[in-house]
Amino acid sequence: MLYLKNLVVELGGKTVIKGIDLQVNRGDLALLMGPNGSGKSTLLHAIVGDKRCRVVSGSLLFDGRELVGLTMEERVRLGLGLGFQFPPRLKGVRLRGLALRILEKRGLPRDEAERVLEEYSRLLRMESLLDKDFNVGFSGGEAKRAELMLTLVQNPRLLLLDEPDSGVDVENLALMGSAISRYLSSNGRAAILITHTGYIAKHVKASEAHVMIDGRIVCSGDAGEMVSNIMEHGFEACVNCRRAKR
Amino acid sequence: MKLEEARRLLKPKAEDALKKPAPHGLDLNLSVFKLETGFATGVEGSERILESVGIDLRERNRSGSYYQVDNRAVYTSARQSGLTVKPLSEALKDSENLDYYWKAVSVDTDKYTATAFLGEKEGYFIKVENGVNVETPVQACLLLRTPGLIQAPHNIVVVGENSKLHVITGCAAMREEAGLHIGISEFYVKKGGTLTFTMIHSWGKAIHVRPRTVAHVEEDGVFISHYVNTSPVSSLQTHPTTHLNGKGSRAHLSSIIIGRGTSHIDVGGTMELGAPACSGEIISRTIGFDKSVTIARARVVGRAPSVKGHVECRGLLLSNESRIDAIPELEARVQDVQLTHEAAIGRIAEEELIYLMARGFTEEEARSIIVRGFLSVELTGLPENLAKYLENILDRLAASL
Repeated sequence: MLYLKNLVVELGGKTVIKGIDLQVNRGDLALLMGPNGSGKSTLLHAIVGDKRCRVVSGSLLFDGRELVGLTMEERVRLGLGLGFQFPPRLKGVRLRGLALRILEKRGLPRDEAERVLEEYSRLLRMESLLDKDFNVGFSGGEAKRAELMLTLVQNPRLLLLDEPDSGVDVENLALMGSAISRYLSSNGRAAILITHTGYIAKHVKASEAHVMIDGRIVCSGDAGEMVSNIMEHGFEACVNCRRAKR
Repeated sequence: MKLEEARRLLKPKAEDALKKPAPHGLDLNLSVFKLETGFATGVEGSERILESVGIDLRERNRSGSYYQVDNRAVYTSARQSGLTVKPLSEALKDSENLDYYWKAVSVDTDKYTATAFLGEKEGYFIKVENGVNVETPVQACLLLRTPGLIQAPHNIVVVGENSKLHVITGCAAMREEAGLHIGISEFYVKKGGTLTFTMIHSWGKAIHVRPRTVAHVEEDGVFISHYVNTSPVSSLQTHPTTHLNGKGSRAHLSSIIIGRGTSHIDVGGTMELGAPACSGEIISRTIGFDKSVTIARARVVGRAPSVKGHVECRGLLLSNESRIDAIPELEARVQDVQLTHEAAIGRIAEEELIYLMARGFTEEEARSIIVRGFLSVELTGLPENLAKYLENILDRLAASL
């Protein structure tokens, strides 16, 4: 589904992604882990076409189609959806109206859009926030649930989630985890999920995990095993392991 | 006292003020305009533009109507007992109504009020008796049809004790030629009364606009005003004053100003918190496009104890050749007042645009979502269908920008 080949990306004139190869297949849920500043967010932003992340070389294939050169809107239409780590606050823009516009942009008629929104807002317990301005006065957990909801209503085939679990309490982690799992249970979908803490890993069934350090993927393997190792030893262990391999 | 006598007493003051410029805004040479009765027929042919400023010629969901073309009243209706909607000239035949005649606005405020007084032809008079709740709005339409004309309606609105009234005024010009609109408006809200006043302007790039408005609000009365300017104008200057004279009275004034083309706009408002425990806010949203200049003023004066006033001026500058000034002023004249303000002028944040584009919107769509959000002011106090109507106008406006 997604195939990255020797991808190099610049952000603000600095090379942040320094040659990444990555493959994600249908049905996969890949965890992307790594210390702060390792380039995880930049990678997801580059995949979805954030113009601030400039692809210097390499290729970004989605269902065999080169994404480099396509606008964000085109990539979203092809089936990519990014849940931001830090979505902005949008004063005067109500969550309900924004979600409905996203659904209508997908081509859903109004009543169908309302039905889908109702379903997702119930699933993520967002009902009471629908008529508030997007992210204005939302708690950390509410903002994360709102972001997940807007990403899911976009109906992406490849879900890119940037730290959906940071700052979220246990109960909401379970809620979000089950929403993600349910979403991915439909055929033909996949996800890359950045997690700093690994907390969400308890609530989703990840197929594999990748560790990024300094713009490169340094380790890939079984998700469960890697998460428990990292939780126990931290990323320091990955750095040492990488040195040993050299 | 008779009307003639009232006018005779005011005339020398007005004549002395004929050359007195307004303290703000572009100074206009009035000799190039004529104050005449103007166009002879009604509002035919202007249905679409009137609809865009909130006037429903079929009068659905309206308690009454007043239509004025140039300086002539062409239609009035009132569909509820206790509600009067009349051309001013007719209302002034009743000497009781002279109590409201040039009592809030002074004829010598500036040359515009003086000119309007001296050439006075018509305007609307809307009055609600004590204890009457007029649920659906009264609509007033002021249409400028004849080029080169001064349209100078003199409007009086009186809301009786414990009564409620919604007025929607739509002002529009039918042609692109130059013209001048001087609207004199005097509002009186009696004890426990509520007036909501919604005004939508759609003039034209050659029209100058100088409304002069003063409201007096008695004990526990409420005055709410929402103003939207949707189209380019040559120049617009207005500085309505609200006097909260009665204990516990409240006011909420919001305005949405879109500066387009070469429009020169100077809008503001003064709120006098003149009695204990009264409160109010002045809210404005201005957007600067093209080469427009917009000055948003707001002044709140606390003259009595336990009053609360708040000013919020926000501007969004969308062109480097455009200019927005926000000038909030707070004046405290006694202790124990709480006056606050926030003013901010900015541009559209790139991260907001990118966020919305990642949600699948084009850059134009993302911009329009942000602009619409910026224009969202709380449409306090309006009946549901009027609030919805105004929301629709703002939706269309944001989508068209």
